[in-house]
Amino acid sequence: MATIKIRAKAKNGITTVKTLVSHPMETGLRKNKKTGKKIPAHHVTEVNAEYNGNTVMTANWGPGISKNPYLSFKFKGGSAGERIKISWVDNMGKGDSLEAVIK
Amino acid sequence: MIKTIASATLAALIALPVAGNASTPKEELKAFQDYFMKRFPDTPFMDFQNGVYSIDAASREQWEDIEEFAPYELNISNGEELFNTPFANGKTYASCFENGGIGIRQNYPYFDTGSGEVKTLELEINECRKANNEKPLKWKTGPIADISAYMAFTSRGKKFNIIIPDDPRALAAYNRGKRHFYAKRGQMNMACADCHFFYAGNKVRADLLSPALGQLTHFPVYRSKWGSMGTAHRRYAGCNKQVRAKPFKAQSAEYRALEYFHTYMSNGLIANGPGARK
Repeated sequence: MATIKIRAKAKNGITTVKTLVSHPMETGLRKNKKTGKKIPAHHVTEVNAEYNGNTVMTANWGPGISKNPYLSFKFKGGSAGERIKISWVDNMGKGDSLEAVIK
Repeated sequence: MIKTIASATLAALIALPVAGNASTPKEELKAFQDYFMKRFPDTPFMDFQNGVYSIDAASREQWEDIEEFAPYELNISNGEELFNTPFANGKTYASCFENGGIGIRQNYPYFDTGSGEVKTLELEINECRKANNEKPLKWKTGPIADISAYMAFTSRGKKFNIIIPDDPRALAAYNRGKRHFYAKRGQMNMACADCHFFYAGNKVRADLLSPALGQLTHFPVYRSKWGSMGTAHRRYAGCNKQVRAKPFKAQSAEYRALEYFHTYMSNGLIANGPGARK
């Protein structure tokens, strides 16, 4: 199942990108109520946004980011019809990416 | 003893909005909705489906921001996938519901004269699973809430018109729900009506009390507090616990009756689920 949802809109030379990522974002400090053991940390460590082959935004995330995080950012450039690519990597080496059309 | 007090309170409370004895549900509905229209004169009727955001501008602004890209979108996507995934026997949920399960949220809950029971959407989702040899889902959150969220989403824009058929059992269920709504319970000795009818719009610490009118139109709901999607009965249990009353089981006859009465009172409003709330 796709873990990323993207909405991107370009206006007056600036593109606003909104994304919703499906991820448990476990901090590593929560305990399993039944076993008493800590639930291992499992959270996104980096989010990248690519436009025209260039990285327009990189986010370095830690355990403080909430579950199923919502991210919104703007970058200079972009116009309707072009594509933006969002990708994420987590501390367990998993990752996903998605391309979307800017509206 | 407690039953007598509850009945007396109920009788007194019913006398408040509606004059005279033995009012019909239709009369009670009008009195109920008139009360809120009078209480919040600046709120157009149709806006009550937005709950507390229909009566508070500041939180409405934040809510509208969230609605632009709401957290429940993930639940809708997941729900859609679950809804369309066939059971082991090859059939899908669509085979159990009217119109293939699309655009039907506004018909729930309804009184099934065949079985004599109030049927909620979640109840029928699990009945569908049972009929197709699948294990039932947990009632309050998780997959059932996601499926319900998807079905609610396909029903956006449809008007609620809950019917109470001419059947004494249906009226009994309605009255049972009404009794639950107005009866005081718990260590705090409070009724649903205390917060959501009489004190709607007031604050309890940092929270605004939502009006009971339009309360269920947007269910199931993603609550920031839960960080997840939850069904109406999940919220009912939470509300009971908040006044330190022992909650009933999800999809118990009591909560189904409450949901029946509660939804009937929002007749005329539009389905706008799933919702995002604090």
